[in-house]
Order: sequence, then C-alpha cells, then structure tokens
Amino acid sequence: MERTRKPAVPGWFTEEGGFRLLGTRCAACAAVFFPREDAYCRNPHCAGGGAMEEVPLSRRGRVWSYTDGRYRPPAPYPSDPGEPWEPYTLLAVELEAEGMVVLGQAVPGVGPADLEVGMEVEVVGGVLAEDADTVWTTWCFRPVGGPA
Amino acid sequence: MTDVAVLGAGMHPWGKWGRSFVEYGRVAARAALADAGLEWRGVQSVVGAGTVRGGYPGHVAGAAFARALGWQGARVASVYAACASGAHAVAAARAQILAGQADAVLVVGADAAPKGFFAPAGGDRDDDPDWLRFRLLGATNPAYFGLYARRRMAVYGDTAEDFARVKVKNAAAGALNPLARYRKAVTAGEVAASPVVADPLRLLDVCATSDGGAALVLGSMEFARARGAADPVRIRAVSTVTPRYPRTVLDLPDIATDSGCGTGPGPAGAAVPFRASIARAAYEEAGIGPEELSLAEVYDLSTALELEWYEDIGLCGPGEGAALLGKGATALGGRVPVNASGGLASFGEAVPAQAIAQVCELTWQLRGAAGARQVPGARVGIAVNQGLFGHGSAIVAVR
Repeated sequence: MERTRKPAVPGWFTEEGGFRLLGTRCAACAAVFFPREDAYCRNPHCAGGGAMEEVPLSRRGRVWSYTDGRYRPPAPYPSDPGEPWEPYTLLAVELEAEGMVVLGQAVPGVGPADLEVGMEVEVVGGVLAEDADTVWTTWCFRPVGGPA
Repeated sequence: MTDVAVLGAGMHPWGKWGRSFVEYGRVAARAALADAGLEWRGVQSVVGAGTVRGGYPGHVAGAAFARALGWQGARVASVYAACASGAHAVAAARAQILAGQADAVLVVGADAAPKGFFAPAGGDRDDDPDWLRFRLLGATNPAYFGLYARRRMAVYGDTAEDFARVKVKNAAAGALNPLARYRKAVTAGEVAASPVVADPLRLLDVCATSDGGAALVLGSMEFARARGAADPVRIRAVSTVTPRYPRTVLDLPDIATDSGCGTGPGPAGAAVPFRASIARAAYEEAGIGPEELSLAEVYDLSTALELEWYEDIGLCGPGEGAALLGKGATALGGRVPVNASGGLASFGEAVPAQAIAQVCELTWQLRGAAGARQVPGARVGIAVNQGLFGHGSAIVAVR
C-alpha cells in the first residue's frame, strides 16, 4: 500500500507549483509572520483592523549561521533509538525579501564543512519522518547549485 | 529611592543529588534566613521561582517552599519566567517591599534538572514554539548556542580557542567556590579534546543541567537600619523587559525572527537588540553605567554566549568580547571580573535558582565575603540573564 504524504505541520508550506514556505501578511501594516500568525498582527505600531492573509515566502536566502546535532535530540523529535544517530545540520537562513531569519535542516548530505555564513541557499521539500502509513514532509535548505 | 536591602543570602550546593527541588529550596531558604538573622515565622512574605516541566508543575513553588518551612500564614507568590524566573521573583518581592506590603520577603528558587538536554513536555502541542522546535528541527538549546557561536566566528573572527578561554577562566573561579558543582581547573586542551555537541561548540563549551537551590531575604531599608544594618548590600534596579518588535536576531526557542517588513521608514532592527536592552533598562533605573561596575554575573549557557554578554552589558563594543577576555579584563584580578562565582560553567543549570544564585554571589562580593574569589573593593555589580519566550532580567546591586 502506498504511504500518504502529510505535512509535519499543516499550513506552513506548499508543494504545489514548486516548494514554498507559507507565512501570513497583515493587510493593514504589511508585517509578515512565519510561522503563520492567523489570529492577529503582532506589530505594536499597526493601526489594526487588517486581515491576516496567506503569503508565500522567498524561495532563497543567505546563511545567517549553521550548526549540527552530534547527539540525538530528545522527543518529540522523531528518531528511532534503535538506529545509530546520524547528525543533522541546522541552518539559520535570512530570507531574501522578508529579512527574517528562518531555521531549517539542511538537505541530507550537507554538513557544516559545506557551508559558509552568507552563502546563498534555497528552500526545498524534505522528509522529517516516515512510518508504516505516512511520510511526514517538512522544509529543508540546500546550497544553490550545491548537492541535491 | 527604589533600593531594597539584601538581608540574607544562601544556597544549597549544586550538583546531581537526586532529591526533590523542595529540599534544595528549603536548605537554601534556611541558610538565607540564618544569614539575615531572621526567624522564618517573622517573615511576612515568600516568593518562589517556579519551574514548569510537563505543563503542570506538580508543586507550585512559593507554596511548596512555604509548606516545607512550615505553614505560618505568610503572603505567598509563585513566579515562572523560564531562566528569568529567579530575577522576576526578586522583582515581585521588591515590589511588595516598596509598596509597604512587607518589611522582609523570602525569595527562593530551586530545581532538580533532568540529565542531558532540556526537553519540552509530552503530548502533541503544536501551538507551543518550544515543542515545535524540538519536533520539527531537533533544535536543542546547544543547537542555538552553536548557531550564535558560528555567527560570531563569521562576523567577528572569534575562534574556538577564544571560546575555550572562557571555560578556562570560569573553571578557575569555580574551583574557588565551595558551592559550585565543578570545582576543578580546566585547560584549553581539555576543552579542545571534549566531543563536539553542536558545531563549533564542544561539551566543555556548554553548561550542564544541575540540581541546586538559592535564596535571598530582601527587606526595606528602614527595616534593615532598624535591625542595625546601616550599610547593607542594596538592590537598586531590576529590569524585566520584553524585546521590541521587530526582533530580528534569532532567539531561543523561536523557529524564525520577526520580519523587518511593514515597520515603516527607518532601518529594520535598528532598535537596541534584546539582550543589550535588558542591561540598559537596569542601568537607567539604577542611574549607573557599565564603567562603574566592579563585577558582573552573566548567563554563560555557552562560552561563546559569555562573550556576547560582555558587549550587551557595555563592557566593550560589538565584536570586542574576545579581545577583552584576551586581555584578562574579565578574569579574577582583571578590571571587571565576569562570573567570579564560576558561572554556569561551574554550577550548571538549575533554572529557577540560577538568577537568584547570581544575586547571592553579588551579595557576598559586595560584602567582601567571597573568600578566595573576592573581587577587591567591589561596590557595584550587575547580574543578567534572559528567560525563554521574551523574559529579560537584569539586577543591579550596590554597596
């Protein structure tokens, strides 16, 4: 039986027509939020009254910083304690248009040695975890023109 | 005048003792009361700094400590502000004293921390940013410290050797502190030989989780004088500020910063960064500047983060932390010793206790009672930290 693909968290990204992170934008003050803020605008200077509208975020950004996880993180991170721990790489990326820094894992195979602060990266789809029925999808960052 | 007197300070030694946080808090409270020369029955108020693990704390700190000391009808409060809990408990006690609600208030913080990484409570809680960062990214606290450390290397040219020097310095001070968990000197070689936890930080660059307790007895200046304390250590300022929007520097436990979009004219993020604003608020309230400091206690959750604090509390300009450290200015015997107690490097984290423990150290230093780690002639100290979810805290103490 084919497994279903489900986002690890609903509404934060879309895979239709190319992978994009989804935020929200306040119609009154143009403030942008990620993760999405649907109920209210958090800008204290906002006059208020604006609707929060879904907006796709920049596909690209630059590495603000990076690190890795040499030890297995605790739950709720999905990880099988029966399997050997494979360190993952974590990127903080400053998105091109929004100027916000977003955290995400690097695509598999990219390690700290492949990265530099300021390097251009793009956001792509990835897999957080798989179980018998479901592939839980997430977002990842990949150096532009780097390893796929 | 907004001064309150520190009448007493006390701690339970830090370590991994395997007992209840209530017991650590009780021991610390008894020590602080003895130091103040006060009977517990004579204290009109107790404020407990809380820890919340598992969503519901099980014990509620203020009442749990009061019960362990013996119910005596005191006013009671419990304060949770993550790592800033202890400082916010001090703020609550100070407000009661300045409002004339109590002459003397007992402030207690204690915890029994789990081994290894701090982790969020169980359950599916995708409305909690702390739960989400673990779930989606496996981003532990040291992962954030690693991001900050790497950023400093890229922007300021800091090196792993600079970071190791912070540990060497703090371990040397901690070796002189009988209340610290780790009381051994550490060499740069030992830091470099410890395993990487979160590139570029190694095990000896990040602080451990600990058990521990700390307590203070605070009182009004009139009460202190009436009891013969003409010149007590005084708390002159407590800042408990939030960040200002847009916060454009990535902060634990968030997955993203605010965007500069929609903030109108002017450069995004031009406001004072959060950590710097914490100290600035305290300096303004105290009417004291960083050049007047004799010493500082800062949250060295990682070695690299301590360098960041030097800049945030105004000991030097942005990017100059490693150079300041290199000159020996922040070591015992230097111009402005930082973490003379040994810091979290020597104590580890017992979350609700550590901001209170910082004030215990300032108290002993300003009294000239810090023994082998005494900063000669100490008159002014600052203790700073930052609690998750936007809780700032800084405390200025003077003599």
